[in-house]
Amino acid sequence: MMCRLRIRPRLSVACALMLAAAVPGSAVFAQAQVTFDRILRADQEPQNWLTYSGNLSGHRYSPLTQITPANVMNLELQWVFQTRGPAEANEKFEATPLVVDGVMYTVLAPNHVVALDAATGRMFWMYSPRLSQLARVCCGRVNRGLAILGDTLFMGTIDGHLIAIDAKTGKPIWDKAVVNPAAGYSFTLAPLVVKDKIIVGPSGGEYGIRGFIAAFDAATGNEVWRFNTIPGPGEPGHETWEDAEKTAWKTGGGPAWVTGSYDPDLNLTYWGTGNPGPDWNGDPRPGDNLYTDSVVALDADTGRLKWHYQFTPHDEFDYDSTQVPVLVDTTWQGSPRKLMLWANRNGFWYVLDRTTGQFLQGKPFTAVNWAEGFDEKGRPKRVLNSTVEGTLVYPNNQGATNWYPPSFSPRTGLFYIPSWMDTFSTYFKAPVEYKEGNQYVGRFPTMAFPALRTGPGAINQRLPEDGYGAIQAFDPKTGERKWEFKMIDVTDSGVLSTASDLVFAGGREGYFFALDARTGEQLWRGSVGGQVSAGPMSYSVGGRQYVAIAAGSALFVYALRQQ
Amino acid sequence: MSDGRHPVMLARTWVFRLAAIAAIGAMAGVAVGAQDHGYTPADIENGGRLFQSNCAGCHGQDGAGVAGVELARGQFRRGSSDTELIKIIQGGIPNTTMPPHNFTDAQAANVVAYLRNMATIRSGSSPTVLRGVGDAARGKALFEGKGQCMTCHRVNGRGPRLAPDLSEVGATRPLPELHQALLDPNATMRAGNRYFTVVTRDGQTISGRLMNQDSFSVQLIDSKERLISLSKSTLREYGFVKTSPMPSFKDKLSLEEMDDLVGYLVTLKGFNP
Repeated sequence: MMCRLRIRPRLSVACALMLAAAVPGSAVFAQAQVTFDRILRADQEPQNWLTYSGNLSGHRYSPLTQITPANVMNLELQWVFQTRGPAEANEKFEATPLVVDGVMYTVLAPNHVVALDAATGRMFWMYSPRLSQLARVCCGRVNRGLAILGDTLFMGTIDGHLIAIDAKTGKPIWDKAVVNPAAGYSFTLAPLVVKDKIIVGPSGGEYGIRGFIAAFDAATGNEVWRFNTIPGPGEPGHETWEDAEKTAWKTGGGPAWVTGSYDPDLNLTYWGTGNPGPDWNGDPRPGDNLYTDSVVALDADTGRLKWHYQFTPHDEFDYDSTQVPVLVDTTWQGSPRKLMLWANRNGFWYVLDRTTGQFLQGKPFTAVNWAEGFDEKGRPKRVLNSTVEGTLVYPNNQGATNWYPPSFSPRTGLFYIPSWMDTFSTYFKAPVEYKEGNQYVGRFPTMAFPALRTGPGAINQRLPEDGYGAIQAFDPKTGERKWEFKMIDVTDSGVLSTASDLVFAGGREGYFFALDARTGEQLWRGSVGGQVSAGPMSYSVGGRQYVAIAAGSALFVYALRQQ
Repeated sequence: MSDGRHPVMLARTWVFRLAAIAAIGAMAGVAVGAQDHGYTPADIENGGRLFQSNCAGCHGQDGAGVAGVELARGQFRRGSSDTELIKIIQGGIPNTTMPPHNFTDAQAANVVAYLRNMATIRSGSSPTVLRGVGDAARGKALFEGKGQCMTCHRVNGRGPRLAPDLSEVGATRPLPELHQALLDPNATMRAGNRYFTVVTRDGQTISGRLMNQDSFSVQLIDSKERLISLSKSTLREYGFVKTSPMPSFKDKLSLEEMDDLVGYLVTLKGFNP
């Protein structure tokens, strides 16, 4: 009773739904191809999770409603999938799984792909590409997930390959060496599928790379277009690299290591870009350093730049703008408008017009002292720079938030931000020298909270004045903070909201929890015994809703206790 | 290198006293225990700069950022000679998170020079008085006698567990920090040495060294060396003790005696030095 292959997309969805309903408890029956049409309409098949953020708008919102505020206290662990053997110190489990018709696909650090029965966690296959010893990643041998189109999975690797994998067998279909790992380029993000293209950007902002966002043909792996996030001579924005030698742009950074979003009406794909190189000494690169720390809106067919907005011009604090762009259609000051919400590593959260890139609002969501508001065009009024003797800056180098994804609920209208509250770093300006393959950063700043690493223990002995972690809920229309759920340790967890008005998240303390999406009240909590450094997601199999989260070296999957 | 000699060996022909010790000795006017590694001060300084910009992101400023790896101890699992360490720095460790680095031999050797001296050089604070290293035997007698250090501290399996175990304090703390801890214990309390007090709902007060806490629970070791884990929902109040339980020795020991005490502490390198 297989209902697969090339029938019209709408029929394939209907077929999948019918089969899932017809065979309750079955995990592996309805397996229609994942057309782009299905991904575009992901909200219509809530049992699946077809793209990194759940939908192309970057909402990380599940329309499933079986788990509710009233019954969430009955949530219990259904299965655990562990990585094989202890992870290396910075092999964090950051992936968000995909679920397609009862089959889960995810990636264990650094690049081990698995297909699992989504109801039981039993494994169908595992694929481990041979990785180059030349791979170097600043901040973790990690992968944040896969993309799927048709029967093919797509993965970027830490040694700079893009690989297409048969979703049924785990065998590679094509394998393209896209960038040079010896020069510090790598892929850690989940690719984005738009139409017949696979869009990715590299990591490597600490290695003086020249960043880009590029689209590849899903069938062949051939590159279709490339947008250089650091414009070269003759390209618009090149004039913002003002060094006399005219060489700084070559090592200007601007990676794109977090998955973008897509608006089908505008045919624009939106991507956040990372820090300029070198990170903490801006002297070799005078100017605004476009398009670092920016959001760029690109034509999805050509890669041509439609507009950009730079969150942190001439950054010296490592404030990557590599967050998921959250696309929201709502009324803004009385008129319907296509908006983009953005909680930035630099401590501000923004509302932009995503048709034009116009800055509409920017507000701090934690202690911020490097800028005092914005001018009328939305440029931050910067008041601090890195110095030789050290400059104390809020928020800290790890940011007020970071790559871990926020969530938007169309039901509550609230924007949920995983936040590091009131953290600070001292930044020192030190000489830097570029050498290919070595870090190109300057001197590492001091901070009370180091970057997350796996390994024994999540020990927290810090003082309250060092800062804390929180999930915050903001109303984009009013700018008002609705609630804050505090944790004494910080969090590297993404947030999931659901149509039953629940919010799921975790943190370094090793808990995974459910909050009331309207009040922030904690309704349920489970101990996962390891640090959460991933985004939660939800799916259903055989009519049963599951919530999944990676923590430590394992994936934990919860559902309501069966009566 | 055209003459085929290794850069570190070249560096070793320059017999310089370790830069930081020399500076401390000069400031305090005391003869210090020489730890002649043969690196030039410039080697070490350059290595420190390279470390700060290439290694500290993972290994941390104190060299302890990677679980199970403490660079400041001067003990390395995968190599011991300078040549082996240079090779690791340049080539990385395959299938681990240690990546290759495109350092020249001389640059990698400078990083090694810094690693060899890291614990002594690194100083996260600016102590008001810098002093030297006195007689270890006299220091040990003070530690176990007049100083009453073993009333609270434990060394190599002897002494109570409530205060920090000092068995490897000589390998993990910079010299200035040891002096400062004796003069002003509140100045640089490390996170793992902080004390915490809780009051339970029934009025019982429990104090101890904080081992861990999260938003919902707290783990302590108390004065009876019990490992105690409490749910915060059962507590009336809880919080850090602002000051260190350790007394200042400023008026209890002479400066020479404190030098001797430090002279003993720097010999404590752990069970497997």
